[in-house]
Amino acid sequence: MSHPDTRPAIEFRNVSYRLNVQGKEGRELLHDLNLEVQRGETLVLLGRSGSGKTTTLKLINHLLAPTKGELLVDARPTREWDVIRLRRMIGYVIQEVGLFPHFTVERNIGLVPKIENWHADRIAKRVRELLQLVGLDPEISSRYPRELSGGQRQRVGVARALAADPPILLMDEPFGALDPITRAELQREFLALQKRLRKTVVFVTHDLREALLLGTRIALMEDGRLLTIQTPEEFPTCAEPLAAAYTNAFGAISEDP
Amino acid sequence: MNLWQFMLQNHTEVLELTLEHLWLVGISTLLAVLVGIPLGILITRWPALNKPVLGGANIIQTIPSLALFGFLLPAPWIGARADRLAILALALYALLPLIRNTYVGIKGVDRAVVEAGRGMGMTGRQLLFQVELPLALGVIIAGVRVATVISVGLATIAAAIGAGGLGEYIFRGLAMVNNQVILAGAIPAAAMALLADVSLGWLEKRLSPR
Repeated sequence: MSHPDTRPAIEFRNVSYRLNVQGKEGRELLHDLNLEVQRGETLVLLGRSGSGKTTTLKLINHLLAPTKGELLVDARPTREWDVIRLRRMIGYVIQEVGLFPHFTVERNIGLVPKIENWHADRIAKRVRELLQLVGLDPEISSRYPRELSGGQRQRVGVARALAADPPILLMDEPFGALDPITRAELQREFLALQKRLRKTVVFVTHDLREALLLGTRIALMEDGRLLTIQTPEEFPTCAEPLAAAYTNAFGAISEDP
Repeated sequence: MNLWQFMLQNHTEVLELTLEHLWLVGISTLLAVLVGIPLGILITRWPALNKPVLGGANIIQTIPSLALFGFLLPAPWIGARADRLAILALALYALLPLIRNTYVGIKGVDRAVVEAGRGMGMTGRQLLFQVELPLALGVIIAGVRVATVISVGLATIAAAIGAGGLGEYIFRGLAMVNNQVILAGAIPAAAMALLADVSLGWLEKRLSPR
């Protein structure tokens, strides 16, 4: 990483994804997507449930494989990546958090370093560092996920995704299940964190307010198609009817910082 | 002569038959575990095998036990000794709860947890041994428990083909029309089943993720 790399971190080239139900072609969840995610930006995928946001995300870490087109991560098609290597350089945070219930906080956060065969001391040090980074008391490292609040669990989820310092972070409605106050808190912390870490982030949400707050660009999706990409400044005046509908639906609050 | 006197008088024989019974149940359950759990794991990985494997185990379960002993009689090596025959038959019966519980246990692991693990770059083996099996362990042990308790009961029938065990007393008592002799076989067998049920139940609770 000595020279600045100007190539996009992630690039979708005419990517479609169609379900395959027992050998038969099923519904097309994503249609002919072309999209570039630049290094260090936070690209928000905004849309309703079923619009293809999560599908787009899962294509990036190859939990799903494109049925048409090609997807490049670091200028290399995901098909050609060793899928395990690819996933370990991409942090993944999901709404249900997916913390391992039988692992302590420490083991959950240290999971990727551990399977990457880091030395135990280095893992322990990294876990302490990360707990601090996401604003958690290092005291909780010996607790189990069920002993944490929703906000704490989500913070642990973020810490786990950051553990091996991956250049790319995928976040699938990470704050969706939290109460409004905790959500606002975590959004603020995310912004502060992102200012320091400069990860390439792809962030899925259906909340326009969250999209405007966190995104450097907002990609609006509907029915498996990308309708438009706008900056948060342009979005409220965008001519796209669905974008206008979103702005109207959130109209009363869009003036908030 | 009452039951206790009978059992005291024949305590060496009671002990011998109990140990024989334990041996039949223990070895057959162990065999079934060694085959059933890997088969259960296999059908979570190859869904196409799901129906034939579970179907096959189901069919075995529907064969009456005496008939199964009869079927296996002509088998080489196995048919040569009654205890081999009994152990194989008992193991076959124990297969269904083991395969099914392993399958259901693994399939029942929270999808988000498995997906998170896969998304973070865990290999299939790491997912299986660090996530799926530990989280399914309670359900798998429940299968072992059911299999063991069924085995303890079924093993009494092994005496019919001369494989020994507590069934000896039950069949002898039936032939003599002597309830005391029947009970001398039935009571230790029932106690063994209860003990297996309670201890494996305890283990199941301990190993279930809270």
